[in-house]
Amino acid sequence: MKSSHQIEFTAGIFLLLAIAALVFLAVQATDGGAAMRGESYELVADFSNVGGLKPRAAVSMGGVRIGSVERIELNPDTFEARVTMRISERYNDLPEDTSASILTAGILGDQYIGLEPGGSPEPLRDGDAILITQSAVVLEQLISRYLFNTDGE
Amino acid sequence: MAAPRTLFANPVRELGRALVFLLTAISRMRLTRLQIAETLRQVYFTGVRSLVIIVTCGFFVGLVLTLQTYDTLTRFGAGDAVSTVLALSLFRELGPVLTTILFAGRAGTSITAEIGLMRATEQLDALDLMAIDPMERIVQPRLLAGIIAVPALVLVFNVTAIFGGVVFAVFLMGVDPNTFWGNMQASVELGRDFMGGMIKAVAFGFLASWLAVYYGWTARPTSEGVALATTQTVIATAISVLLVDFILSAIML
Repeated sequence: MKSSHQIEFTAGIFLLLAIAALVFLAVQATDGGAAMRGESYELVADFSNVGGLKPRAAVSMGGVRIGSVERIELNPDTFEARVTMRISERYNDLPEDTSASILTAGILGDQYIGLEPGGSPEPLRDGDAILITQSAVVLEQLISRYLFNTDGE
Repeated sequence: MAAPRTLFANPVRELGRALVFLLTAISRMRLTRLQIAETLRQVYFTGVRSLVIIVTCGFFVGLVLTLQTYDTLTRFGAGDAVSTVLALSLFRELGPVLTTILFAGRAGTSITAEIGLMRATEQLDALDLMAIDPMERIVQPRLLAGIIAVPALVLVFNVTAIFGGVVFAVFLMGVDPNTFWGNMQASVELGRDFMGGMIKAVAFGFLASWLAVYYGWTARPTSEGVALATTQTVIATAISVLLVDFILSAIML
Protein backbone atom coordinates (compact mmCIF):
# COMPACT_ATOMS: atom_id res chain seq x y z
CA MET A 1 0.00 0.00 0.00
CA LYS A 2 1.37 3.34 -1.01
CA SER A 3 1.47 6.19 1.45
CA SER A 4 -1.05 8.96 0.89
CA HIS A 5 1.79 11.34 0.05
CA GLN A 6 2.92 9.09 -2.80
CA ILE A 7 -0.63 8.69 -4.05
CA GLU A 8 -1.18 12.45 -4.20
CA PHE A 9 2.14 12.85 -6.01
CA THR A 10 1.23 10.21 -8.60
CA ALA A 11 -2.19 11.81 -9.10
CA GLY A 12 -0.45 15.13 -9.66
CA ILE A 13 1.86 13.57 -12.27
CA PHE A 14 -1.19 12.08 -13.97
CA LEU A 15 -2.87 15.48 -14.21
CA LEU A 16 0.34 17.07 -15.55
CA LEU A 17 0.46 14.29 -18.17
CA ALA A 18 -3.12 15.15 -19.15
CA ILE A 19 -2.24 18.85 -19.49
CA ALA A 20 0.77 17.93 -21.65
CA ALA A 21 -1.57 15.81 -23.80
CA LEU A 22 -3.97 18.76 -24.07
CA VAL A 23 -1.22 21.12 -25.23
CA PHE A 24 0.17 18.56 -27.67
CA LEU A 25 -3.23 17.88 -29.25
CA ALA A 26 -4.21 21.55 -29.40
CA VAL A 27 -0.97 22.60 -31.09
CA GLN A 28 -0.11 19.58 -33.22
CA ALA A 29 -3.48 18.11 -34.19
CA THR A 30 -5.80 21.12 -34.61
CA ASP A 31 -5.79 24.54 -36.24
CA GLY A 32 -4.94 26.05 -32.85
CA GLY A 33 -1.23 25.68 -33.49
CA ALA A 34 -1.20 27.82 -36.63
CA ALA A 35 -3.31 30.51 -34.93
CA MET A 36 -0.98 30.57 -31.93
CA ARG A 37 2.16 30.88 -34.03
CA GLY A 38 0.53 33.85 -35.78
CA GLU A 39 2.82 33.57 -38.78
CA SER A 40 0.28 34.64 -41.35
CA TYR A 41 -1.28 37.69 -42.94
CA GLU A 42 -4.68 38.56 -44.37
CA LEU A 43 -5.75 39.39 -47.91
CA VAL A 44 -9.24 40.29 -49.10
CA ALA A 45 -10.87 39.80 -52.47
CA ASP A 46 -14.34 40.69 -53.76
CA PHE A 47 -16.20 38.20 -55.91
CA SER A 48 -19.59 38.73 -57.54
CA ASN A 49 -20.44 35.11 -56.68
CA VAL A 50 -18.57 32.73 -54.37
CA GLY A 51 -20.69 29.69 -55.28
CA GLY A 52 -20.20 26.99 -52.68
CA LEU A 53 -16.98 28.36 -51.18
CA LYS A 54 -16.86 27.84 -47.41
CA PRO A 55 -14.73 29.27 -44.62
CA ARG A 56 -11.54 27.18 -44.10
CA ALA A 57 -11.43 26.26 -47.80
CA ALA A 58 -7.93 26.09 -49.26
CA VAL A 59 -6.13 28.99 -50.91
CA SER A 60 -3.49 27.69 -53.27
CA MET A 61 -1.05 28.93 -55.84
CA GLY A 62 0.32 26.62 -58.50
CA GLY A 63 -1.48 23.74 -56.75
CA VAL A 64 0.35 24.31 -53.47
CA ARG A 65 -1.75 25.19 -50.44
CA ILE A 66 -0.54 28.50 -49.03
CA GLY A 67 -3.45 29.53 -46.82
CA SER A 68 -7.13 29.21 -46.09
CA VAL A 69 -10.36 31.20 -46.30
CA GLU A 70 -10.93 32.99 -43.01
CA ARG A 71 -14.43 34.36 -43.54
CA ILE A 72 -16.93 35.25 -46.26
CA GLU A 73 -19.32 38.18 -45.93
CA LEU A 74 -21.36 40.45 -48.14
CA ASN A 75 -19.79 43.83 -48.85
CA PRO A 76 -22.72 46.19 -48.04
CA ASP A 77 -21.55 48.87 -50.52
CA THR A 78 -21.01 46.83 -53.65
CA PHE A 79 -23.21 43.81 -52.78
CA GLU A 80 -20.32 41.60 -53.70
CA ALA A 81 -19.02 38.75 -51.57
CA ARG A 82 -15.92 39.77 -49.64
CA VAL A 83 -13.61 36.85 -48.94
CA THR A 84 -10.91 37.24 -46.32
CA MET A 85 -7.99 34.85 -46.73
CA ARG A 86 -5.23 34.01 -44.30
CA ILE A 87 -1.93 33.38 -46.08
CA SER A 88 1.13 31.80 -44.52
CA GLU A 89 3.88 34.31 -43.72
CA ARG A 90 6.33 32.22 -45.77
CA TYR A 91 4.63 33.50 -48.92
CA ASN A 92 4.73 37.21 -48.12
CA ASP A 93 5.96 38.47 -51.48
CA LEU A 94 3.02 37.70 -53.78
CA PRO A 95 2.95 40.31 -56.57
CA GLU A 96 0.48 43.15 -56.20
CA ASP A 97 -1.37 42.22 -59.41
CA THR A 98 -1.99 38.62 -58.33
CA SER A 99 -5.40 37.40 -59.49
CA ALA A 100 -7.79 35.15 -57.59
CA SER A 101 -10.37 32.74 -58.97
CA ILE A 102 -12.73 30.30 -57.33
CA LEU A 103 -12.07 26.83 -58.67
CA THR A 104 -13.41 23.37 -58.01
CA ALA A 105 -11.22 20.39 -57.19
CA GLY A 106 -12.44 17.76 -59.62
CA ILE A 107 -16.10 17.55 -60.64
CA LEU A 108 -17.55 16.91 -57.20
CA GLY A 109 -14.71 18.31 -55.13
CA ASP A 110 -14.63 21.23 -52.74
CA GLN A 111 -14.27 24.74 -54.01
CA TYR A 112 -11.05 26.57 -53.30
CA ILE A 113 -9.36 29.82 -54.26
CA GLY A 114 -6.59 29.61 -56.83
CA LEU A 115 -4.14 32.50 -56.95
CA GLU A 116 -2.32 33.34 -60.17
CA PRO A 117 0.81 35.48 -59.76
CA GLY A 118 1.14 38.69 -61.77
CA GLY A 119 4.34 40.49 -62.75
CA SER A 120 4.41 43.51 -60.50
CA PRO A 121 7.53 44.00 -58.37
CA GLU A 122 5.39 45.40 -55.52
CA PRO A 123 4.24 42.69 -53.05
CA LEU A 124 0.80 42.42 -51.44
CA ARG A 125 0.80 43.51 -47.79
CA ASP A 126 -1.34 42.48 -44.83
CA GLY A 127 -4.93 43.66 -45.38
CA ASP A 128 -4.46 44.43 -49.09
CA ALA A 129 -7.17 43.58 -51.62
CA ILE A 130 -6.74 41.38 -54.66
CA LEU A 131 -8.34 43.39 -57.46
CA ILE A 132 -8.48 40.91 -60.33
CA THR A 133 -10.96 38.20 -59.39
CA GLN A 134 -12.97 35.57 -61.20
CA SER A 135 -16.15 34.25 -59.64
CA ALA A 136 -17.19 30.68 -59.14
CA VAL A 137 -18.70 28.86 -62.08
CA VAL A 138 -22.28 28.12 -61.14
CA LEU A 139 -23.36 24.99 -62.93
CA GLU A 140 -27.03 26.04 -63.23
CA GLN A 141 -26.07 29.28 -64.98
CA LEU A 142 -23.75 27.41 -67.30
CA ILE A 143 -26.48 24.96 -68.27
CA SER A 144 -29.11 27.67 -68.81
CA ARG A 145 -26.70 29.65 -70.98
CA TYR A 146 -26.02 26.54 -73.05
CA LEU A 147 -29.75 25.84 -73.48
CA PHE A 148 -30.43 29.49 -74.37
CA ASN A 149 -27.71 29.51 -77.00
CA THR A 150 -28.91 26.35 -78.76
CA ASP A 151 -32.44 27.80 -78.82
CA GLY A 152 -31.23 30.84 -80.68
CA GLU A 153 -29.62 28.88 -83.51
CA MET B 1 -49.26 -2.47 -7.76
CA ALA B 2 -50.79 -2.62 -11.22
CA ALA B 3 -48.62 -3.76 -14.11
CA PRO B 4 -48.48 -0.48 -16.10
CA ARG B 5 -47.52 1.39 -12.98
CA THR B 6 -44.45 -0.73 -12.38
CA LEU B 7 -43.52 -0.58 -16.04
CA PHE B 8 -43.39 3.20 -16.19
CA ALA B 9 -43.33 4.32 -12.59
CA ASN B 10 -40.22 2.39 -11.59
CA PRO B 11 -37.76 3.90 -14.08
CA VAL B 12 -39.19 7.36 -13.45
CA ARG B 13 -38.94 6.90 -9.69
CA GLU B 14 -35.40 5.58 -10.09
CA LEU B 15 -34.47 8.68 -12.09
CA GLY B 16 -36.04 10.89 -9.44
CA ARG B 17 -34.13 9.11 -6.68
CA ALA B 18 -30.86 9.48 -8.58
CA LEU B 19 -31.54 13.18 -9.04
CA VAL B 20 -32.41 13.74 -5.37
CA PHE B 21 -29.27 11.82 -4.42
CA LEU B 22 -27.16 14.03 -6.71
CA LEU B 23 -28.71 17.26 -5.43
CA THR B 24 -28.13 16.15 -1.84
CA ALA B 25 -24.49 15.40 -2.61
CA ILE B 26 -24.03 18.78 -4.33
CA SER B 27 -25.83 20.73 -1.60
CA ARG B 28 -23.50 19.27 1.04
CA MET B 29 -20.42 19.97 -1.05
CA ARG B 30 -17.55 21.46 0.92
CA LEU B 31 -14.05 22.11 -0.32
CA THR B 32 -11.88 21.73 2.73
CA ARG B 33 -8.23 20.71 2.49
CA LEU B 34 -9.15 17.21 3.58
CA GLN B 35 -11.79 16.99 0.86
CA ILE B 36 -9.33 18.09 -1.83
CA ALA B 37 -6.74 15.56 -0.66
CA GLU B 38 -9.38 12.82 -0.69
CA THR B 39 -10.49 13.86 -4.19
CA LEU B 40 -6.89 13.65 -5.37
CA ARG B 41 -6.63 10.16 -3.85
CA GLN B 42 -9.73 9.17 -5.78
CA VAL B 43 -8.24 10.64 -8.97
CA TYR B 44 -5.36 8.25 -8.34
CA PHE B 45 -7.61 5.24 -7.74
CA THR B 46 -9.92 5.89 -10.68
CA GLY B 47 -7.67 7.76 -13.12
CA VAL B 48 -4.11 6.59 -12.70
CA ARG B 49 -5.17 2.98 -12.21
CA SER B 50 -7.12 3.13 -15.51
CA LEU B 51 -4.12 4.40 -17.48
CA VAL B 52 -2.91 0.99 -18.65
CA ILE B 53 -6.25 -0.06 -20.16
CA ILE B 54 -6.79 3.42 -21.66
CA VAL B 55 -3.35 3.54 -23.29
CA THR B 56 -3.61 -0.02 -24.63
CA CYS B 57 -7.12 0.41 -26.00
CA GLY B 58 -6.36 3.89 -27.36
CA PHE B 59 -3.37 2.62 -29.30
CA PHE B 60 -5.25 -0.25 -30.90
CA VAL B 61 -8.33 1.85 -31.64
CA GLY B 62 -6.10 4.36 -33.45
CA LEU B 63 -4.38 1.54 -35.31
CA VAL B 64 -7.53 -0.24 -36.48
CA LEU B 65 -9.41 2.99 -37.23
CA THR B 66 -6.56 4.13 -39.47
CA LEU B 67 -6.30 0.71 -41.09
CA GLN B 68 -9.99 0.60 -41.97
CA THR B 69 -10.39 4.20 -43.11
CA TYR B 70 -7.13 4.13 -45.07
CA ASP B 71 -8.28 1.00 -46.89
CA THR B 72 -11.65 2.57 -47.72
CA LEU B 73 -10.28 6.00 -48.65
CA THR B 74 -7.64 4.63 -51.03
CA ARG B 75 -10.49 3.11 -53.10
CA PHE B 76 -11.62 6.69 -53.74
CA GLY B 77 -8.07 7.92 -54.21
CA ALA B 78 -8.29 9.96 -51.02
CA GLY B 79 -5.79 8.12 -48.80
CA ASP B 80 -4.30 11.41 -47.65
CA ALA B 81 -7.55 12.30 -45.89
CA VAL B 82 -6.95 9.47 -43.39
CA SER B 83 -5.57 11.79 -40.71
CA THR B 84 -8.63 14.05 -41.00
CA VAL B 85 -11.02 11.14 -40.51
CA LEU B 86 -8.91 9.77 -37.65
CA ALA B 87 -8.68 13.04 -35.74
CA LEU B 88 -12.29 14.13 -36.26
CA SER B 89 -13.85 10.81 -35.30
CA LEU B 90 -11.53 10.50 -32.31
CA PHE B 91 -11.93 13.99 -30.91
CA ARG B 92 -15.64 14.26 -31.51
CA GLU B 93 -16.94 10.79 -30.70
CA LEU B 94 -14.68 7.82 -30.12
CA GLY B 95 -12.33 9.39 -27.56
CA PRO B 96 -14.97 10.55 -25.07
CA VAL B 97 -17.40 7.63 -25.58
CA LEU B 98 -14.93 4.74 -25.50
CA THR B 99 -12.93 6.23 -22.64
CA THR B 100 -16.05 6.65 -20.51
CA ILE B 101 -17.27 3.13 -21.18
CA LEU B 102 -13.82 1.74 -20.33
CA PHE B 103 -13.78 3.98 -17.25
CA ALA B 104 -17.15 2.59 -16.17
CA GLY B 105 -15.81 -0.94 -16.47
CA ARG B 106 -12.51 -0.25 -14.79
CA ALA B 107 -13.26 2.42 -12.16
CA GLY B 108 -17.06 2.80 -11.99
CA THR B 109 -17.53 -0.81 -10.95
CA SER B 110 -14.98 -0.55 -8.16
CA ILE B 111 -16.60 2.65 -6.84
CA THR B 112 -20.00 0.94 -6.80
CA ALA B 113 -18.65 -2.20 -5.14
CA GLU B 114 -16.69 -0.18 -2.60
CA ILE B 115 -19.63 1.97 -1.51
CA GLY B 116 -22.01 -0.99 -1.68
CA LEU B 117 -19.76 -3.02 0.63
CA MET B 118 -19.38 -0.03 2.95
CA ARG B 119 -23.16 -0.04 3.18
CA ALA B 120 -23.31 -3.82 3.66
CA THR B 121 -20.65 -3.82 6.37
CA GLU B 122 -22.27 -0.79 8.04
CA GLN B 123 -19.24 1.42 7.61
CA LEU B 124 -21.46 4.22 6.33
CA ASP B 125 -23.56 4.00 9.51
CA ALA B 126 -20.36 4.01 11.55
CA LEU B 127 -19.28 7.26 9.87
CA ASP B 128 -22.71 8.72 10.60
CA LEU B 129 -22.35 7.77 14.26
CA MET B 130 -18.99 9.54 14.39
CA ALA B 131 -20.77 12.64 13.08
CA ILE B 132 -18.92 12.38 9.75
CA ASP B 133 -21.29 12.90 6.85
CA PRO B 134 -20.72 9.96 4.46
CA MET B 135 -22.22 12.02 1.62
CA GLU B 136 -19.47 14.53 2.12
CA ARG B 137 -16.66 12.15 2.96
CA ILE B 138 -17.36 9.22 0.60
CA VAL B 139 -19.65 10.33 -2.23
CA GLN B 140 -18.43 13.82 -2.99
CA PRO B 141 -14.70 13.09 -3.60
CA ARG B 142 -15.63 10.24 -5.96
CA LEU B 143 -18.02 12.45 -7.90
CA LEU B 144 -15.43 15.19 -8.29
CA ALA B 145 -12.68 12.71 -9.12
CA GLY B 146 -14.70 11.33 -12.03
CA ILE B 147 -15.20 14.81 -13.46
CA ILE B 148 -11.43 15.36 -13.31
CA ALA B 149 -10.22 11.89 -14.26
CA VAL B 150 -12.38 11.18 -17.33
CA PRO B 151 -11.36 14.29 -19.35
CA ALA B 152 -7.73 13.58 -18.42
CA LEU B 153 -8.10 9.98 -19.59
CA VAL B 154 -9.81 11.15 -22.80
CA LEU B 155 -6.77 13.32 -23.56
CA VAL B 156 -4.42 10.39 -22.96
CA PHE B 157 -6.65 8.14 -25.08
CA ASN B 158 -6.66 10.66 -27.95
CA VAL B 159 -2.88 11.06 -27.90
CA THR B 160 -2.22 7.32 -27.95
CA ALA B 161 -4.84 6.76 -30.66
CA ILE B 162 -3.27 9.47 -32.83
CA PHE B 163 0.08 7.81 -32.17
CA GLY B 164 -1.43 4.48 -33.29
CA GLY B 165 -2.63 6.24 -36.43
CA VAL B 166 0.84 7.64 -37.08
CA VAL B 167 2.37 4.19 -36.64
CA PHE B 168 0.02 2.65 -39.19
CA ALA B 169 -0.30 5.45 -41.75
CA VAL B 170 3.18 6.96 -41.68
CA PHE B 171 5.44 4.06 -40.69
CA LEU B 172 3.61 1.16 -42.32
CA MET B 173 1.69 2.70 -45.24
CA GLY B 174 4.18 5.43 -46.09
CA VAL B 175 1.85 8.43 -45.90
CA ASP B 176 3.99 11.56 -45.90
CA PRO B 177 4.21 12.83 -42.28
CA ASN B 178 3.87 16.47 -43.35
CA THR B 179 0.70 15.63 -45.29
CA PHE B 180 -0.58 13.63 -42.34
CA TRP B 181 -0.16 16.42 -39.77
CA GLY B 182 -0.93 19.20 -42.27
CA ASN B 183 -4.30 17.74 -43.25
CA MET B 184 -5.14 17.17 -39.60
CA GLN B 185 -4.26 20.74 -38.63
CA ALA B 186 -6.12 22.16 -41.62
CA SER B 187 -9.37 20.32 -40.99
CA VAL B 188 -9.71 20.05 -37.21
CA GLU B 189 -11.07 23.15 -35.51
CA LEU B 190 -9.73 23.73 -32.03
CA GLY B 191 -12.96 25.26 -30.73
CA ARG B 192 -15.66 23.20 -32.33
CA ASP B 193 -14.15 19.79 -32.86
CA PHE B 194 -11.59 19.45 -30.09
CA MET B 195 -13.13 21.50 -27.30
CA GLY B 196 -16.58 20.17 -28.20
CA GLY B 197 -15.19 16.69 -27.51
CA MET B 198 -13.73 17.85 -24.22
CA ILE B 199 -17.11 19.27 -23.14
CA LYS B 200 -18.50 15.82 -23.82
CA ALA B 201 -15.68 14.27 -21.77
CA VAL B 202 -16.57 16.43 -18.74
CA ALA B 203 -20.27 15.61 -19.12
CA PHE B 204 -19.55 11.87 -19.44
CA GLY B 205 -17.17 11.91 -16.48
CA PHE B 206 -19.88 13.48 -14.40
CA LEU B 207 -22.43 10.96 -15.64
CA ALA B 208 -20.19 7.93 -15.07
CA SER B 209 -19.20 8.86 -11.52
CA TRP B 210 -22.74 9.92 -10.61
CA LEU B 211 -24.16 6.56 -11.70
CA ALA B 212 -21.33 4.65 -10.00
CA VAL B 213 -21.81 6.31 -6.59
CA TYR B 214 -25.59 6.22 -6.92
CA TYR B 215 -25.77 2.47 -7.56
CA GLY B 216 -23.26 1.83 -4.78
CA TRP B 217 -25.18 4.04 -2.36
CA THR B 218 -28.55 2.40 -3.10
CA ALA B 219 -27.25 -1.20 -3.38
CA ARG B 220 -29.08 -3.73 -1.26
CA PRO B 221 -26.68 -4.59 1.60
CA THR B 222 -26.14 -8.20 0.53
CA SER B 223 -23.51 -9.81 -1.66
CA GLU B 224 -26.15 -10.28 -4.35
CA GLY B 225 -27.19 -6.65 -4.07
CA VAL B 226 -23.62 -5.42 -4.54
CA ALA B 227 -23.12 -7.73 -7.53
CA LEU B 228 -26.34 -6.45 -9.12
CA ALA B 229 -25.43 -2.82 -8.46
CA THR B 230 -22.01 -3.29 -10.10
CA THR B 231 -23.63 -4.73 -13.22
CA GLN B 232 -26.19 -1.93 -13.30
CA THR B 233 -23.42 0.68 -13.14
CA VAL B 234 -21.83 -0.60 -16.34
CA ILE B 235 -25.12 -1.04 -18.20
CA ALA B 236 -26.57 2.31 -17.13
CA THR B 237 -23.33 4.17 -17.91
CA ALA B 238 -22.98 2.61 -21.36
CA ILE B 239 -26.60 3.35 -22.32
CA SER B 240 -26.79 6.85 -20.89
CA VAL B 241 -23.39 7.86 -22.32
CA LEU B 242 -24.48 6.83 -25.82
CA LEU B 243 -27.82 8.62 -25.38
CA VAL B 244 -26.28 11.82 -24.00
CA ASP B 245 -23.60 11.62 -26.71
CA PHE B 246 -26.27 11.75 -29.40
CA ILE B 247 -28.00 14.70 -27.75
CA LEU B 248 -24.75 16.64 -27.27
CA SER B 249 -23.64 15.92 -30.84
CA ALA B 250 -26.99 17.12 -32.18
CA ILE B 251 -26.71 20.34 -30.16
CA MET B 252 -23.09 21.04 -31.05
CA LEU B 253 -23.14 20.29 -34.79
